[in-house]
Amino acid sequence: MHNEHIQEHFNNRNVTELDSNYYMVDIAAYPTDGWGKFKRVVKRSFRGELFVGLWVVLREMIKFDVHTIQYPAEKMPIGPRYRAVHEMKRLWESDTERCIGCGLCEKICISNCIRIDTKLDENSRKEVTEYSINLGRCIFCGYCAEVCPELAITHGGEYENASDQREHFIMYQDMLTPLDKMKAGTQLEFEGFGAITPHEDERVKKTPLAY
Amino acid sequence: MSKITINIDGKEIETQEGEYILNAARANNIFIPAICYLSRCSPTLACRLCLVEADGKQVYACNAKSKEGMSVSTSSENIIKERRAIMEVYDVNHPLQCGVCDQSGECELQNYTLEMGVDAQHYAVKDVNRKDIDWGHIHYNPGLCIVCERCVTACKDMIGDNALKTVARGADALEAEYKESMPKDAYAMWNKLNKSLIGLTSGEEMLDCTSCGECAAVCPVGALVDTHFIYSANAWELKQIPATCGHCSAGCQISYDVKHTSIDNTDEKIYRVMNEWNYVSLCGAGRYGFDYQNEVKSKDTAAFAKALEAFKKADTIKFTSTITNEEAFVLQSLKEKFGYKLVNSEAKAFQTFLNDYSQISGTKLYGYDLEATHNANFVISVGTAIKSDNPNARYALNNSMTVNKGAGLYFHPVKDPVIEGLGKSIMTMYHAPLQEEAVLYLILDLFADKERLPSDVVSYLASFHSQKTVTVEEIIKEEITEIVKVMKKNEESGEEEEVEEEKKKMVPKKITKEVIVDDNRLLAILGADEKFMEELEKNLAKKDSFALIAGPDLYTHPNSKNLARLLALIEKYSAFELTMIPTLTNSLGVALICELNDEAGSYTVGYNTKGDFTLSALGDGDLDMPAINQQEGTLTSINKRVNPTNAAIGYKGYELNDIANELGLKADLVIDYTQMLPTSKGFKTKEFDSLPNRYDNDGTEHRGYLLDNVAVKTSGDKSVLKFGDEKLVGTLIYMANPVRQFTPFTNKATNLDEVSGVYMSEEFLSKSDFNEGDTVRVKSLSGELVANIVSDNKISGDIVLLPTFDSKINSEALFSSYRFATASIEKV
Repeated sequence: MHNEHIQEHFNNRNVTELDSNYYMVDIAAYPTDGWGKFKRVVKRSFRGELFVGLWVVLREMIKFDVHTIQYPAEKMPIGPRYRAVHEMKRLWESDTERCIGCGLCEKICISNCIRIDTKLDENSRKEVTEYSINLGRCIFCGYCAEVCPELAITHGGEYENASDQREHFIMYQDMLTPLDKMKAGTQLEFEGFGAITPHEDERVKKTPLAY
Repeated sequence: MSKITINIDGKEIETQEGEYILNAARANNIFIPAICYLSRCSPTLACRLCLVEADGKQVYACNAKSKEGMSVSTSSENIIKERRAIMEVYDVNHPLQCGVCDQSGECELQNYTLEMGVDAQHYAVKDVNRKDIDWGHIHYNPGLCIVCERCVTACKDMIGDNALKTVARGADALEAEYKESMPKDAYAMWNKLNKSLIGLTSGEEMLDCTSCGECAAVCPVGALVDTHFIYSANAWELKQIPATCGHCSAGCQISYDVKHTSIDNTDEKIYRVMNEWNYVSLCGAGRYGFDYQNEVKSKDTAAFAKALEAFKKADTIKFTSTITNEEAFVLQSLKEKFGYKLVNSEAKAFQTFLNDYSQISGTKLYGYDLEATHNANFVISVGTAIKSDNPNARYALNNSMTVNKGAGLYFHPVKDPVIEGLGKSIMTMYHAPLQEEAVLYLILDLFADKERLPSDVVSYLASFHSQKTVTVEEIIKEEITEIVKVMKKNEESGEEEEVEEEKKKMVPKKITKEVIVDDNRLLAILGADEKFMEELEKNLAKKDSFALIAGPDLYTHPNSKNLARLLALIEKYSAFELTMIPTLTNSLGVALICELNDEAGSYTVGYNTKGDFTLSALGDGDLDMPAINQQEGTLTSINKRVNPTNAAIGYKGYELNDIANELGLKADLVIDYTQMLPTSKGFKTKEFDSLPNRYDNDGTEHRGYLLDNVAVKTSGDKSVLKFGDEKLVGTLIYMANPVRQFTPFTNKATNLDEVSGVYMSEEFLSKSDFNEGDTVRVKSLSGELVANIVSDNKISGDIVLLPTFDSKINSEALFSSYRFATASIEKV
């Protein structure tokens, strides 16, 4: 229902038909002659509105109701779908790395900033030997997180990219959830594109099994 | 075979009568799905995807032959249902972890699953334990295998190793209800698939074949993967550099697949070699011997200056034929400008041989090629250890036997179990070294048109024939009459009584009989067994196209001139079409472009061979040169084709063209010379950049251009010499490499791990008191060497093989020029 309402609201752009919520702003005609212009300047300068603003500041100062964020000591909370510097997740069950080295993120990356080296490890599995993202080139489009079949590469909330050089590379180990964080159970799942949606189970077609 | 018109999906197309519908469709860009079919091999009928409706009847396009006026429809409601069910079956229990599969991105299962729109699974069967297996250079993952049997087909029909076969899977039977509920073909295909997997014919743990890797190349999924390539790169990351293999004279089409080395090193690296496996098959050297590049950090100006000095001082340039046509042209131009002597013994021998051959044939070059040999149905090989001299010639021989129901005849002194393993219809004759002339006389005797053949040759051949009386045992059927007692009802009395009856019966009887037969002394001279003629007659039945492959043993034979003339006679007066195997990669090109000298002068510049000053692409000389995978240029192949090759990876040093430019020739790039190659020898004035390197869907080769076979004036003298009865006896050595090795370049490749040494067959080792690993001194009239014994199960018999691919073993020193010699071998 809610969706339908929004859709109706946004699809109908004809302002004149929507009577109640819209009104025309009353804009007086612009002065054309010199005297008129002078009068407007005087009127705007000495109307006392300035003191209204000053009073608000003064009032809040006295009340100590300060909204200013003391960055970098203080930071805004970041939404779970925010796309900042990448993270590599671990599996909840075993704490092992989720990345299987399939190379899809490398392939899909439109700014060509991801590179992976893989090899065959001793257990006959594909091992990621090196993984790098050039953050100087990354446009944080989120394709890598969306394409990842293992929900391994995601975006995190770390947005401070200031660096003394344009190329700033981030390696696999920097992105990987630290083991202590994993043990503490504080790894956050990414909820943006590529994440599992709440109704995923209903959409899956089940494969018959002969067991 | 005649041209016919058939109609596929409303499109009129022209094809050969009897061509498979699938091939006809492919040649005309009509898509029929198919997984198991391989062009040039026999249909396997494993996948059943190529189901089409021909004149209202469902047939498999891969084995249904076209008929005049046939109307084919590539899909119908039922066919679509079948195909979808087949793809679902292929996806049953197939892992979905495409991310960790090396085939991902070029996987036919992925492609067809999408093509058929498989988005749900309806079938299930309990899986069996399918652990992946290491077979050495190939890795088999049965979990990914869809048992299309393309590997088995390629190995049997093309390569001839017969190393793979289907083995039992040991799975539960399919549920009975599927038989009713499933589309018919899909069920039949699944029923077969559910019973088999791929295994090794030998039953051993490791693959012991000629290691060509063609099975992994043709695998549509990631079940067979080259061990060296596993998890090193994804298909979509690799850039494909079209090239020509630089290891032997076959000049196979390949592509070097390159990518940056690693995150830290952005220099390009070759990760693998791919080929158009429907139209060309590689050997192990081509597939795995790709990293023979000469890595040079920068231009070594001091060495370059010395090289220029050396060129000014030198009167001789000595080189091997592992160079491009353009480089050969540069050398020839230098010769014309400065009068250098060009010395290249192996190309010189081939050049002389070709010239001698031309004197009778009237053409500069032999008339046939390997492409055509694939389509012949009776192939003779003479004077070559075919499996290592030119693996593609062996594939042609095998392919002609398996697919064209052909037969083969292999003449060579070295016993070869690989050739014997090609099948029942190959006959082998292991003659004594130096008897090659007798072999060619035998071929003339057996196959030449005696009425057209010069009369002195006819009478010479007749002198070997005599009549002899032999006693043969024969079984005939004889009629005998015997009296038997039978019980019969007496009609009058109604009682059973015994009656005697006469019965006639045919019984076999053995008799001996004297017959007069023709005795061909040539056969005895060559050591043929008694059944030879009988077997040959059987093998010659229904044969109509004949091919002869002649190899390098003949070029260095003491009587090579006579051999060349005999070959020309065979080509002229018999149905045999002739192909000659050039000794090295570009021996043919060098033989055509360069005027070669026999003797070196006082100061020699060596190119890829030792000289007073050595230019080398092997990295062991005084000045580095680029290897063939770092160069642009053309190579002349056995198929008389001038094939272009490209630089797969960069080269930072000097090349021959830089030296030539300093010495006064002028060309920005060495490929500027491509269009200047001598037209009088058959080359064409074509620019390098205009040379294509691809195959059409119908298999038509568009690679470089074909040499013109220039006519040569002949004197009309067609005389040939009689052959002598000289034979090499005693302990014999033969100069040949193991399969997958040709030159020091293949030896440099990391994935080719053949151990060099003195190769002895297992048979020989068990008879002698030598053991594998012993250090021995091999001594011949012309030289000696010390090396370790290597046991080689790819040869049998008593002849010992000495390789040339390892520059540490100077095998050439032991041979005067002929590839065989007598020697003494003793332990050190």
